Amino acid sequence: MNLMENIRLAWEGLRANKMRALLTMLGIIIGIASVIGILTVGNGLSDTVTETMGSLGASNIMVSLQEREDEYLANTMMGGEIEEENLITEEMIEALQERFPYQISGVSLSESVGAGQAKSGRDYANVTISGVNTDYLDVNSIDLIRGRDFQDRDMDGNRNVAVVSDKLVNNMFDGNIEEALGQEVVVHIGDEIYAFNIIGVYEYEASAMGYSTASEKNIQTALYIPVTTAKKLADAPEGYRNFTISASSADNSAVFATQASDFLNRYYSNNNDYRVMAISMETMLDSMDSIMSTINIALSVIAGISLLVGGIGVMNIMLVSVTERTREIGTRKALGATNGNIRIQFVVESMIVCLIGGVIGIILGTLLGYVGSSLMGAVAFPSVSSIALAVGFSLAIGIFFGYYPANKAAMLDPIEALRYE
Amino acid sequence: MAETKKPIIQMKGIVKRFYIGAPNELEILHGIDVSVWEGEFVAIVGASGSGKSTLMNIIGALDRATEGSYMLDDVVIEKAKDIELSQIRNQKIGFVFQNFNLIPRTNALKNVELPMMYAGISQRERTRRAKELLKMVGMEERMYHQPNELSGGQKQRVAIARAMANDPAIILADEPTGALDSRTGRMVMDLFHKLNKEQGKTIVLITHSNELAKETGRILTMKDGILYGDGEVTVV
Repeated sequence: MNLMENIRLAWEGLRANKMRALLTMLGIIIGIASVIGILTVGNGLSDTVTETMGSLGASNIMVSLQEREDEYLANTMMGGEIEEENLITEEMIEALQERFPYQISGVSLSESVGAGQAKSGRDYANVTISGVNTDYLDVNSIDLIRGRDFQDRDMDGNRNVAVVSDKLVNNMFDGNIEEALGQEVVVHIGDEIYAFNIIGVYEYEASAMGYSTASEKNIQTALYIPVTTAKKLADAPEGYRNFTISASSADNSAVFATQASDFLNRYYSNNNDYRVMAISMETMLDSMDSIMSTINIALSVIAGISLLVGGIGVMNIMLVSVTERTREIGTRKALGATNGNIRIQFVVESMIVCLIGGVIGIILGTLLGYVGSSLMGAVAFPSVSSIALAVGFSLAIGIFFGYYPANKAAMLDPIEALRYE
Repeated sequence: MAETKKPIIQMKGIVKRFYIGAPNELEILHGIDVSVWEGEFVAIVGASGSGKSTLMNIIGALDRATEGSYMLDDVVIEKAKDIELSQIRNQKIGFVFQNFNLIPRTNALKNVELPMMYAGISQRERTRRAKELLKMVGMEERMYHQPNELSGGQKQRVAIARAMANDPAIILADEPTGALDSRTGRMVMDLFHKLNKEQGKTIVLITHSNELAKETGRILTMKDGILYGDGEVTVV
């Protein structure tokens, strides 16, 4: 007997009990569909995250001060005030740039002034005021639509100039960018009122990682001013707790991050409280990737449990089927079927149930993944490898859960089986 | 007769015991010696409980004897492995059962093809021979019918065609007319006679009906685990 004959035989066995075969398949269908769906949505999500972080600059290196006993970067980023004598000074940054002229293409510095509202008559726009240096917009991939970037003379002169978002222009100047340039924008932060001349307009891009429920009208965008002006306005200490280096090349940026932090830490060798930490975007991407894949695996394992339940369902039905067809098995044996013939017949039957279930599950899972990932804004399809894995896995379930019932059938005593009522 | 024909079944001292938990054991067959010759039509009769079915299972290579030797068409059965017994059943024996035992939801043609499928015969040859056999039993017009669309007599004729599929050494028929009315039962018996006379097929008929037994060439009577011969009994 060849394989085709076994498949035909098993197919006939299944056709005899269509409803039952379908219900048995359902377990496998749901299991495979959920695994494929989850993997697809997970893929879409991690693609989005990688893309977003990549667009911030794959070659960027984040440098920050960190408390010595504190192992977590986040704490320092969120933490309270750091005394002025501990901050990274401009001299250190300049020294770093002189030491590594070829590796560094830019250094972005920023100083937050606060969140407030730009007002003009009845028009308003929500903003956060950030003081930035001349490299900032470049390093952070912020695209100017019109006007100019900050220049050294803005910095040196502590000028009250601003680069605003196109959203702000929409809200306050009816979207007329030409008209907005050169105009004054008045920002209220608490009781303070600041006025800046608009020198440039940048294109606002929503962050894929942050989720805002604010309407278009109330959306909060950054309003950039020279960092020197910001320091003065906020009465901030000289120096920085963090800054971003744009490496000339994304290759080996992780290595350069280590060199940069080693260089800066020489200034902190006698500092008992703080040290400098530098993380390349590459490293962050890697760790983000591994977090995403861990989540993916965890979810898949949960979906896999439903596959296991489906497999047990297959086994259950196969056992019922063997009992029901005891006489048939006896007859086949009397006609010359070997134990192996009988075993193969039932294993193939179970494999076919699982394979068809698997294929339907893949189609359904792809659909689910497509809908799910579109809802999250990143259309994704299951990878070929995950489809191959799903097919292989459903076949394996068929063999694994079909073998015991098939073996039970194969080992039936033909005399007993023929006598079975 | 004995000089020209070879023995198909040769049994010597066949004993069958069932162990139903030590120290109890139940001896069903107490030493059966019998030979059946090529082309014979033999009836084995006996009341229920006489050991008739047990003997049939041993003849049909579905079961092994506890003691004694059994040769079927020059093959020593007691030494055969399970897989060899499957082959022997497939090649040497054609079973005809009281309740037909056709495979449900499988048409007459496929049922007849089944023993040939297990024998590894090609699909084309299988179909050709199955059609030929169904024609022989007068079922060629019903070959695409499923068992539940056939009458009892028709089912049994398909079963006989199936038994003939691999041209076996013997046809072993266990109460083949037991589930049929007398008219269709007659047709089935006539078919056996035809196979015996025209094709020289060796047939072993197991029945409790003396009437049917008398039609055959030789009657063997089972009683309390011992086989008594009559007519052309050949004591080995």
